Amino acid sequence: MAEQRTPAATDVLVIGAGPAGIAAACTAAEAGLRVDVIDDNPAAGGQIWRGGAPQATAWLDRLARSGASLHPATSVIDVVPREAGPPAVITRAADVSVWQARTIVLATGARERFLPFPGWTLPGVVGAGGLQALVKQGLEVRGRRIVIAGTGPLLLAVAELLVARGATVVAVAEQARLSRLIRFAAALVGHPAKLVQAAGIRRAIGPVLRTGTFPLAVRPEGDAVVVTLASGPSGRERRDDIPCDVVACGFGLVPNVEIARALGCDVHAGGITVDGFGATTVSGVVAAGECTGVGGVDKSLVEGRIAGLVAAGRRDQAGPMVREQRRWRRFAAALDEAFALDRRLAGLATADTVFCRCEDVVAGRLACHRSWREAKLMTRIGMGPCQGRVCGPAAETLFGWSPEDVRPPFSPVPLGDLS
Amino acid sequence: MAERATNAAQAPVRLTVDGVVVEAAAGTSVAAAILNRGGAAAWHVRRSVSGSARGPLCGMGICFECRATVDGLPHVKTCQLPVRPGMEVRTDG
Repeated sequence: MAEQRTPAATDVLVIGAGPAGIAAACTAAEAGLRVDVIDDNPAAGGQIWRGGAPQATAWLDRLARSGASLHPATSVIDVVPREAGPPAVITRAADVSVWQARTIVLATGARERFLPFPGWTLPGVVGAGGLQALVKQGLEVRGRRIVIAGTGPLLLAVAELLVARGATVVAVAEQARLSRLIRFAAALVGHPAKLVQAAGIRRAIGPVLRTGTFPLAVRPEGDAVVVTLASGPSGRERRDDIPCDVVACGFGLVPNVEIARALGCDVHAGGITVDGFGATTVSGVVAAGECTGVGGVDKSLVEGRIAGLVAAGRRDQAGPMVREQRRWRRFAAALDEAFALDRRLAGLATADTVFCRCEDVVAGRLACHRSWREAKLMTRIGMGPCQGRVCGPAAETLFGWSPEDVRPPFSPVPLGDLS
Repeated sequence: MAERATNAAQAPVRLTVDGVVVEAAAGTSVAAAILNRGGAAAWHVRRSVSGSARGPLCGMGICFECRATVDGLPHVKTCQLPVRPGMEVRTDG
């Protein structure tokens, strides 16, 4: 682990050590700047490079040589305005640190969107990306029967990993209809590498892939569970009960914009608002990668490199990268369209389905409220330790509510650290 | 201390989960070590505020559903914590 400095002045503070953050840190550090990278995970790499990948190894080696200091297991807990420059950033690892940076690079990535349905809180019902992360953390799945459900290319990547680790993937339920996926595949022609990747996964997973299919409910049965999948047109769905050990669900990705909001940056439904160079609406704060709009690792890498150049005052060198980035942003838009959520997914929760898992608020208590804020005040939704990071995006999908900002500390902190 | 999960050459780490000794490869997260005890029961890691059984959901430090008591410290997010020798983990399962 890199040394800790408390308090710390630095040229560039990169928040998030996934592909975008690593690319930004390398680019800025190689330009001679003092760079500090923080991440709340115990190792760099973000979600996609967790556990290693050939591309990951090259970038992590480059990061180690770049001179940037990496601070893992470090969470942002608050931000404080300063007279000059972007706000100070307060973090917590073993100690609390106050960072005063000339430039802040937000590379906070994305998380999974979860949607409530009966049984989704049962142990053994896990995120799709969540299961992928746990397997890369050492979870053994050999011989386990697993159903994957939800939407997005991630489902197939998860299925491929699980099969490689000896699990039996019983079904992959993709809510998008086949016609949309075919149109999306046609759009991939401009991205040969992605097309080859998709074709390879399709060969491995094709036989168990069900399109236009979504989970209705999960119920416990003995030492396992049964998931009910629905497919077909609205009102005439075919139902299918599938016994399995684990159900992995994810309904797309949601950009992590909480720290951006706290810094005062404008955000929109798709992520942090940025210009072509990653500049946010707050001077001295740039953003890169999934937090500006979900579009995959290539978009993250090029945006990270642009952010690093901007931090180093070398915006003029970013021209070719900005053109490449436009390509990936079009890819991101195509992803959005292909995997747009079926409206039926907003109607899966019944009145007694838990909606806010932290405070055990059921869906039936929410429909009478007009806004996230009102529901929060009346029911405690979003007031637990995750501060609405799980139920907020669900509330957006089901009720059209925009969750309000998280409050400091952004993650729970022992009282002693707050003095 | 950050450890690379790819470092397979290291000896397994011994820790206890609910008083039972378990072995985990170096770099394994505490959450994975808890679940690797096997069976559906292993996925029951905590109890919600109204007492229902919960297990890990996001695997990436967002949801707090994997939290457990580690070496006496409550509410630790076990998916973001690598195993260490001699660690004592207590779940509410």
